[in-house]
Amino acid sequence: MGRRILFITTDQQRFDSLGCNGGTIARTPNIDALAKNGINYTRAHPQNVVCMPSRSTIITGQHPSTHGVWMNGVTLPVDAPSIAATLRNAGYKTALVGKAHFEPLLDPFQIFAETRMAAQKVFTEMQTSADGTLAPHRGFDHMELATHGGQGSVHYAQWIRENHPEALGQFFMVLDHELEVSAVGGGDTNAPQVKFNEIQREWYHTDWVADRTMAWLDSLGADDDWFCWMSFPDPHHPWDPPKSELGRVNWRDLDLPQGYPTDAATRESILAQKSLHWSKWYDGSFVSNYEAPLHWIPATLTADQVREVNAMAHIENELIDEAIGRVLKMIESRGWTSDVDIIFTTDHGEFQGDFGLLFKGPYHVDSLMRLPMIWKPAPSANVTPAVVTAPVGLVSLAATFASIAGLPIPEYVESPALPLNDADAAKRGFESVLTEWDSVLFGKIIGSRTIHRDGWTCTRMLPGTLHDGTEGELYNHANDPLQHVNLWNDSQHRAIRDDLLADMQSTMPEQVLPLRPVDAPV
Amino acid sequence: MGSVRRSQHIKCSPDEAWKIIGDPSRLHEWFPIVSCRVEGNKRWISLANGLVFEEDIVLIDNYLRRFQYSIVNNPIVTQHLGTVDVIDDGHGECIAIYSTDMKPNVLALGIGAAAHNGLSKVKKILEGTK
Repeated sequence: MGRRILFITTDQQRFDSLGCNGGTIARTPNIDALAKNGINYTRAHPQNVVCMPSRSTIITGQHPSTHGVWMNGVTLPVDAPSIAATLRNAGYKTALVGKAHFEPLLDPFQIFAETRMAAQKVFTEMQTSADGTLAPHRGFDHMELATHGGQGSVHYAQWIRENHPEALGQFFMVLDHELEVSAVGGGDTNAPQVKFNEIQREWYHTDWVADRTMAWLDSLGADDDWFCWMSFPDPHHPWDPPKSELGRVNWRDLDLPQGYPTDAATRESILAQKSLHWSKWYDGSFVSNYEAPLHWIPATLTADQVREVNAMAHIENELIDEAIGRVLKMIESRGWTSDVDIIFTTDHGEFQGDFGLLFKGPYHVDSLMRLPMIWKPAPSANVTPAVVTAPVGLVSLAATFASIAGLPIPEYVESPALPLNDADAAKRGFESVLTEWDSVLFGKIIGSRTIHRDGWTCTRMLPGTLHDGTEGELYNHANDPLQHVNLWNDSQHRAIRDDLLADMQSTMPEQVLPLRPVDAPV
Repeated sequence: MGSVRRSQHIKCSPDEAWKIIGDPSRLHEWFPIVSCRVEGNKRWISLANGLVFEEDIVLIDNYLRRFQYSIVNNPIVTQHLGTVDVIDDGHGECIAIYSTDMKPNVLALGIGAAAHNGLSKVKKILEGTK
């Protein structure tokens, strides 16, 4: 019997959304307690700021250039390395409950296992793994999957259809009649992707994910070692939490986020300093990727809409925290607590009004890159609580899981296990973290590479539809925590810029070519 | 308009590949669908999720080795032209190319994924039977 692992992820959650990270709106006592009694990483970055590449990094321990999921819609090969498979081979029982998204969600031909399993009413598929043997899909004995609503072909959608069909139409319809990400507005302010959802709270996917996690844990023997990835689809848009919960946060009571310049001229002036794709998305003249509504123009976003979207996200985060609390109590009731490591994080962030924007895309700033990440080691491991300020990435999670299990670090991973404190980080060379973006959407090409080191974020735009490869962004977080001032072309900062670029060039993995095909928009 | 193209080199003669790729009634043997039915210049294909697509067969050119079809009478698909070419690679083998141009744009990507899957399967079929 070894240390068990509860790995909790949310989707598209901001660093500042939690009480332990300075958040003052959503009440998140369960997550805050994990931070207080564990290790809180205050500079954790994803290696890509959208779901599929980021989640592929989590499971493989590799950067996108290596695992090859270079944008949403590109499938992680079924024989790609998987830390779940490594743990399973070591005797762990393994499960992923909630949102997986290593494969496209828009899959009308049911080519991919994630959408095929629910249709076939099964919870895994046997696949040929990297070593040629047959093993459960991506190393999970049990996959019980959900996404952001009742549509589609995953287990949660099927459960809603079979048990609560009246709730199906209550969710926001994510796609419009052209199958584009819907720009339809709702709520009190007509904010995009906001809807008052009449669904009962206990039928909503947050509670379903917790319920199904507990059901799987309950199926295990007392002495089993287990790795359970509990993956909440929220607070990713659409923002349609159960209407019964809206009283938790009244959007009219909220201050505007610090990152939202209230004056349009100020917003436009800030955006004009950045690489061209920022302002061209803001004014609606260039939509580079599928992660935001095609027919929504950010310049139309109002202050009240920002408030309402934020309120909805805070409510969703409270529901997640309460769901986590229920699972932790269940783990305690099984007598497992002293041997369970808990890691909490998310796959990427969300603008939530910063710069006058919502959603996400090729924008490497804290809104999307600074993630909540907390590791509460098993009490039996006697690890001293700490705050780690050194830069770390999701790319370290696979090695961390292996180290918790007492296994050698797998050869396939590209980053060591997370540091236990800043001294450990310094000793083991946690100095910088990398993030990549590539996207091609029907001829619109955007690419960028980013390094964060020593309190600086430096992004080089790659040659593409709008950029010739000479553009970029450089931010000094000490003086400019909101990243409003782009120093890329400032001659006084040329030396630090060039040093960061050289560091990035020497540490960024070479991209595996040819790029794999895009199988879906998302 | 959403436009995608997928291709696959196949170690067999163009004529051999064309026998299966150019026959609209044999689509289910290699493309990820459960069945297809051809009547005159009409074809109906059934997907695993129960969806049925009605198609017009636009062109079967045995000289060019080009097959074209169009999804019609569909509540979602407003424009579509699918083209499958089998081209001699100059060394006695062939390249199969599956192109789709359609609205809604994003559905082209899904058909592209199916085409990638299908071309991989037809390659296995043809190279395995050589």
